[in-house]
Amino acid sequence: MATAIARPTEHLNIVIVGHVDHGKSTLLGRLYADTNSLPEGKLDKVRDICRQQGKAFEYAFLFDAFLEEQEQGITIDTARTFFKWQDRHYIIIDAPGHKEFLKNMISGAARAEAALLVIDAQEGIKEQSKKHGYLLSLLGIRQVAVVVNKMDLVGYRQDVFEAIEKEYREFLSQLKVTPERFVPVSAKLGDNIANKSANMPWYGGTTVLDSLGLFRKETSREQQPLRFPVQDVYKFDARRVIAGRIAAGRVKVGDRLVFSPSNKSALVKTVEAFNVEPVPTEATAGQSTGITLDEQIFIERGEIASREDSAPLVSTTFRCNLFWMGRHPLEVGKKYLLRLATREVECEVAIIHRIIDASDLASRETRTIVGRNEVAELTIRTKAPIAFDLYSDSEVTGRFVLVDQYDVSGGGIMTEMVTDEHTVLREEARQRDIAWVKGDVGADDRARHFGHRAALVLITGGRYTGKSFLARRLEGQLVADGRHSYLLDGANLRRGLDADMAEEDTKETVRRFGEVARLLIDTGLIVVSTTNAFGGADHQAIRTLVHPTPVIAVHMSKAEEEPPPNTDLAFPGPKDYEAIAAQIITELKTRGVLAEALGAKPQFHYSI
Amino acid sequence: MMNSHLRQLEDQSVYIFREAYKHFDNLAMLWSMGKDSTVLLWLARKAFFGHVPFPLLHIDTSYKIPAMIEYRDRFAREWRLELVIGQNKEALAKGMNPTLGRVECCTALKTNGLKNLIAEKGYQGIILGVRADEEGTRAKERYFSPRDKHGDWDFREQPPELWDQFKTTFPEGTHIRIHPLLDWTEINIWEYIRAENIPIIDLYFDKGEGTRYRSLGCAPCTTPIKSTARTVDEIIEELRKTTVAERSGRAQDEGRGMELLRKDGYM
Ligand SMILES: Nc1nc2c(ncn2[C@@H]2O[C@H](COP(=O)(O)OP(=O)(O)OP(=O)(O)O)[C@@H](O)[C@H]2O)c(=O)[nH]1
Ligand SMILES: [Mg+2]
Repeated sequence: MATAIARPTEHLNIVIVGHVDHGKSTLLGRLYADTNSLPEGKLDKVRDICRQQGKAFEYAFLFDAFLEEQEQGITIDTARTFFKWQDRHYIIIDAPGHKEFLKNMISGAARAEAALLVIDAQEGIKEQSKKHGYLLSLLGIRQVAVVVNKMDLVGYRQDVFEAIEKEYREFLSQLKVTPERFVPVSAKLGDNIANKSANMPWYGGTTVLDSLGLFRKETSREQQPLRFPVQDVYKFDARRVIAGRIAAGRVKVGDRLVFSPSNKSALVKTVEAFNVEPVPTEATAGQSTGITLDEQIFIERGEIASREDSAPLVSTTFRCNLFWMGRHPLEVGKKYLLRLATREVECEVAIIHRIIDASDLASRETRTIVGRNEVAELTIRTKAPIAFDLYSDSEVTGRFVLVDQYDVSGGGIMTEMVTDEHTVLREEARQRDIAWVKGDVGADDRARHFGHRAALVLITGGRYTGKSFLARRLEGQLVADGRHSYLLDGANLRRGLDADMAEEDTKETVRRFGEVARLLIDTGLIVVSTTNAFGGADHQAIRTLVHPTPVIAVHMSKAEEEPPPNTDLAFPGPKDYEAIAAQIITELKTRGVLAEALGAKPQFHYSI
Repeated sequence: MMNSHLRQLEDQSVYIFREAYKHFDNLAMLWSMGKDSTVLLWLARKAFFGHVPFPLLHIDTSYKIPAMIEYRDRFAREWRLELVIGQNKEALAKGMNPTLGRVECCTALKTNGLKNLIAEKGYQGIILGVRADEEGTRAKERYFSPRDKHGDWDFREQPPELWDQFKTTFPEGTHIRIHPLLDWTEINIWEYIRAENIPIIDLYFDKGEGTRYRSLGCAPCTTPIKSTARTVDEIIEELRKTTVAERSGRAQDEGRGMELLRKDGYM
């Protein structure tokens, strides 16, 4: 087998940011030119272009590749460039400074480990100088070197440089960012880029090139608690592989994993890989890997695997800092898609706490919208509970983006978990599920045996809407079809399980009902229930207790009325029971609870 | 053994493959049999544990070097690949060839050949082996890069891409180009070929004449370079020293050729 010569080379991603026209692209071009890093003929090509356009030579054109960029003398989109110096490899990302292209700057900066922030000595600190500084801190980039450029235009004066350094240091200190150093340069003339300048004898620090070498490589996330977001579940051959990239920590054969928010757990049986000898037995942070489990538990993309004693937070509500890049403003109450690692869930903004003005870090008036390129502190609420971390604890699982229609439009970091009305029940369900004593017969065995998965059909509606009748019909139809179904009526618990309770404690009644439903679900049944006594909030509590079992909420009503939130199917009653039952059965098929045809092998997501 | 940087590149590419496979029902990958798209193919097998769960497209301009076709058919068989071959027969029937203009020829046979195939098969996602270090406009690409109804690239309005969240939703009629190799350099490609022992077409190696291909395209528009590198090791050593751009043997890159081609939907 061929072997690579192992070179102890390091790779570092660096972004160049700063206000428009302050000389970022020129700096980058000069860095390449002065280190002989350009391919043959490249400078000549740029020289020709400049001559054709009747311009003086522009180093910026080396990376501002588009005609439009060159004509306007402005960077529109970030460029990835590859640079090598003294055995260290860099991807240097040249970001645009114009505020119109802030989303491009963010795309570039989001992948960087360190930043060069360029400030024009003559123009001084401008709006985007501060905004970019603020965004760097929000994006978690802590290594920043500030380059004070165009020193030639201010006669290479030390006092000009020092005034900018003082002012910008103050600004950064409010963001808790300590710049590594300030470097006075002239990118155009090559002062202090790759070579020390004779024009600024008062400066004793490093050149830009040497500053790059002083940036440290980020430490790996291997030592942090395990976070393994499930990306997909593959069944290409006999193996059922849980695929994903480890965000933090490590996973080994034999480890017990807990998946959040479903609270399923299993042991790691194998670590899978293609063309790797010897076969690996563990995988660590950063690796795209695959594992198989000792049990066929049902898990889906979006869940996060961890150790039992260091599981992520789970809630529907959290506080965050967010920047908005959307075409349309972010609005309170509007629906967006939230994506966190591999999880996608509908959400809305519950509260806008404040809009942050990046130039003075003051908060602006309270508003119900966040405009393009603004930064805000928000509370967000998701439709279903999500697993996450605070950004300060775990970066990859502590940040998210919002999608508006087709576009990724905002990015945020989680700063605080907010308890919602179901936090207590959710925690109960989690403790109970993690500690659950399993027999040798698993959910998949039961599903194979019964020909369907377990589910809960919750039928709601006012008096005399026919909901109890429908529930009986549905149970009857399912059993007649050879399914395993059971009608659970809340009334049946009252004289038995709830006999010790005072009537009015609905909260406890609901909790007990949910736990009974959970038990029946564990037996593999399709539980059909009418819960007359309970209101909408109670249904939410029941969902929390049976999570992540599929729940189908059916609402019957006499009059034209808005069905309760989270209703899946609504019908006018009391009538058409046959047809309605048939529709519910179709919905069970759509959700993958029932196989398409009777007697057919069920086609579940977890492909038995 | 693979060095840690190659491993990181592999991890990122595999992640992108899996995102693409998850989000696009109708996905396909371009395979030109060159070193990049063959590494791409290998990475797909990594991502899906030895399987390639989507078809491979080859846009046959009819001007390809014959050895490339033999190589294609051999590995399609050995690796059990689903091959889909596209050709702009209409343009060829009308006599399109490089002497009518290189950009025109590329547009007709490659760009339009691909566009026609995408339209015919309704692909929503196309995976390609484009690398940022190849030339200036590719340096500004996204991992997931949308193309409009006409297959055109609007580089002014590229989607933000952060924290490995990609553009995976798009209106009807448009499609997404997916670029898992964006962060790889030419040397990385060869280092990976060596580390993984990937069978690569022998046009890349000198066979005693003192020439080899550094970049493979159509026969009339690709010239071999002077080189005596006979093995992957020798190629890597040569690349460590060279200051000549990789695509200097590719005629389309002259002037603004590549920029115009790519805005129009070229790879
Ligand atoms: N005198 C002088 N001019 C400079 C210097 N650095 C850059 N310039 C000029 O400033 C102008 C803008 O430079 P760019 O490098 O394009 O600026 P940029 O920061 O990349 O601009 P955007 O990417 O559009 O934000 C060009 O005309 C450069 O020639 C310098 O050190 N001294
Ligand atoms: Mg620029």
